[in-house]
Amino acid sequence: MSTPTLDLRASKSGGEAGFRGLALASGVFVLLILGAIALVMTTKAWPTFRTMGLDFFTTKRWSAPDKIYGAGAFIFGTIVSAAIALALAVPVSLGIALFTTQIAPRRLRKPVTYAVDLLAVVPSVVFGLWGISVLAPNVVNLYDWLHRTFKSVPVLKQLFGAPNGRSFFTAGIILALMITPIISSLAREIIDTCPPGEREGALALGATQWEMIRGVVIPHAKGGLVGAVMLGLGRAMGETIAATLVIGSATQITANLFGAGNSMPAFIASQWGEADSSHKSALVALAVTLFLLTLLVNMIATRAVTRSQRRTAGAH
Amino acid sequence: MFMTKRSIPVAGILALAVVAGACSSSTKTSTSTAAPATTAPAAATTAKAAAATTAAAATTAAPAATTAAPAATTAAPATTAKAATAAALKAATLNASGATFPKAFYDQAIADFKKVQKDVVINYGGGGSGKGRTDLADQITDWAGSDGTVKEEDKAKYKGGEFLYFPTVVAPITVSFNVDGVDKLNLSATTIAKIFQREIKSWDDAAIAADNAGVKLPSTPIVVAHRSDGSGTTDNFTKFLDAAVGSKGDGTWKLKSGSTVEWPADTQAAEGNSGVAKIVKDTKGAIGYVDLSDAKATGLKFASVKNQAGKFVAATLEGASAAAEGAEIKPDLTYFAGWAKGDAAYPIAAQTWILVYKKQTDKAKGEATKAFVTYVLTAGQKTASAIDFAPLPKALADKAIAQLAMIEIPAA
Repeated sequence: MSTPTLDLRASKSGGEAGFRGLALASGVFVLLILGAIALVMTTKAWPTFRTMGLDFFTTKRWSAPDKIYGAGAFIFGTIVSAAIALALAVPVSLGIALFTTQIAPRRLRKPVTYAVDLLAVVPSVVFGLWGISVLAPNVVNLYDWLHRTFKSVPVLKQLFGAPNGRSFFTAGIILALMITPIISSLAREIIDTCPPGEREGALALGATQWEMIRGVVIPHAKGGLVGAVMLGLGRAMGETIAATLVIGSATQITANLFGAGNSMPAFIASQWGEADSSHKSALVALAVTLFLLTLLVNMIATRAVTRSQRRTAGAH
Repeated sequence: MFMTKRSIPVAGILALAVVAGACSSSTKTSTSTAAPATTAPAAATTAKAAAATTAAAATTAAPAATTAAPAATTAAPATTAKAATAAALKAATLNASGATFPKAFYDQAIADFKKVQKDVVINYGGGGSGKGRTDLADQITDWAGSDGTVKEEDKAKYKGGEFLYFPTVVAPITVSFNVDGVDKLNLSATTIAKIFQREIKSWDDAAIAADNAGVKLPSTPIVVAHRSDGSGTTDNFTKFLDAAVGSKGDGTWKLKSGSTVEWPADTQAAEGNSGVAKIVKDTKGAIGYVDLSDAKATGLKFASVKNQAGKFVAATLEGASAAAEGAEIKPDLTYFAGWAKGDAAYPIAAQTWILVYKKQTDKAKGEATKAFVTYVLTAGQKTASAIDFAPLPKALADKAIAQLAMIEIPAA
């Protein structure tokens, strides 16, 4: 009397081993590519890092004729435009996500979700061209109004300086439009994972809808939401063409949000074609800097996600 | 317009694609050239290449060849005189990239050349002079378009060894403006330098008025527009200022020269000649440097600029040709057309070259390249002015044609 037994070792040596090998190869491949990129870029950027030293990150002058390269103004522009984009996009995205998952009547959810997701497939050049031909000439009037209204208010008069249609703020608006669908669709998925039992429990205890969202949905989804926002931030910092078109292309550090500036990817893209050897090395150094900055943001994001996950897990 | 320079993030992928394309096409051509057993000597191949162009090409090529010393070319005039009709070249695909400034002219020349040589396909990708030079250095392309010369320290990077400069066309860079009630404006290099450095900020400034007696200048503030992208136009414009009133002059111009310089922060920047033209057109009081064809296409008014001889000259094709005539030509045919001598020379002129490796490695490609450059220097010159490019002055064109004989093409 023999019962058929499942030989685990046999299957391991067949499909299992193949699968393991494939997965391992894929994992190693990603690391290899990342390593190769980092290696090649650092080698090419080395002449600049060697001559400029740490001044590369702090100097705000970029002069190809004088061979003085400082990333300061571009790091500033990248961070400021991305920060404006986040400040505008995060509340709207979370609003959209909460609306589609919690508030909207069931038959409205699909179309709204669909429309927002559609926004995500619009190519960035379309956003950029719309920004330069429609947004920039019109939004300058709003900037002008803000500039005149707040010209005697201490901090605001510095932030709302002389207006320029193509500026940090216009770039921020365009970037916000581009990252809103990413953040909102991720946030929607995350919020949807909130157990309905807990939500209904809160409502049964007499909580209003807002109290339920604040007390149950937000704490549950916090880690995921931070991750969604950070993904949006990464996209905003790396966006090239839309930023190039609307940021104004001026190398300066200024408190004036309505002034023209430049961001790292925009500057690299616009200068690469005509750059000679030393200028090219400096542009690669700028790319390395962008790489490091994005890496830093991702690391902070990962830490924030794990920490808040631990906190939520502890609360249960 | 925007897309041409925006492909940087995918440059790696593109480069791979181009390499793959170049490899496949070179294998194709090598197999096709191996088939017919033509073991013609070098002299015959050069003659064939020269004859491959139109009759007009042959007549201009003949006197030029006599000035060239190499023995291989002495056979050329005799053979070209006999060859009345153009011999068809073998199938070849030439890939090229580089300067965007002469792209309209090259595209036109490529289209016209295609009518004569049906089996030769030429792709000119643009992308900027810097890209053109890098691509040629890495042997990704067969020839390059460049508005600037290769630095001495970079010459070692050219994997194909020694290369030749062939000047092709010249064009004026206009100083375009948008001032109500002003149609004609005279500007000197000093005034232009001060305007672009934001030292003169109003149109009724005494320095501008001094050169424009009888013109009623308004007190409109000046808005300076320049290129946001690295550009050969910026390079030639700033080279003119640097030569006239900069480090080689009285020092008024302090921003030096290059494809991008440190413009003051309170200026406007835009992508491409068309972008700068748009700012000038849309902004009252604006001034910017724009190439002639874009300035004309946008309907801009542009200034007459004071040249070395002290004359105010309008930005015209004749002025640009005159500038090339007055320029000092080096033995390798490099020169700077701006701030040239001569009464008729327009001082802000831009030159451009086609760069070709001296030692060609593929017979079909080498012959096609030589025939195309010959075409550009001869019959192509006549089509230039219709699309706002100035032909080379005769002396320079002759020197370039003579230099064609230095291209070495392998026998098989």
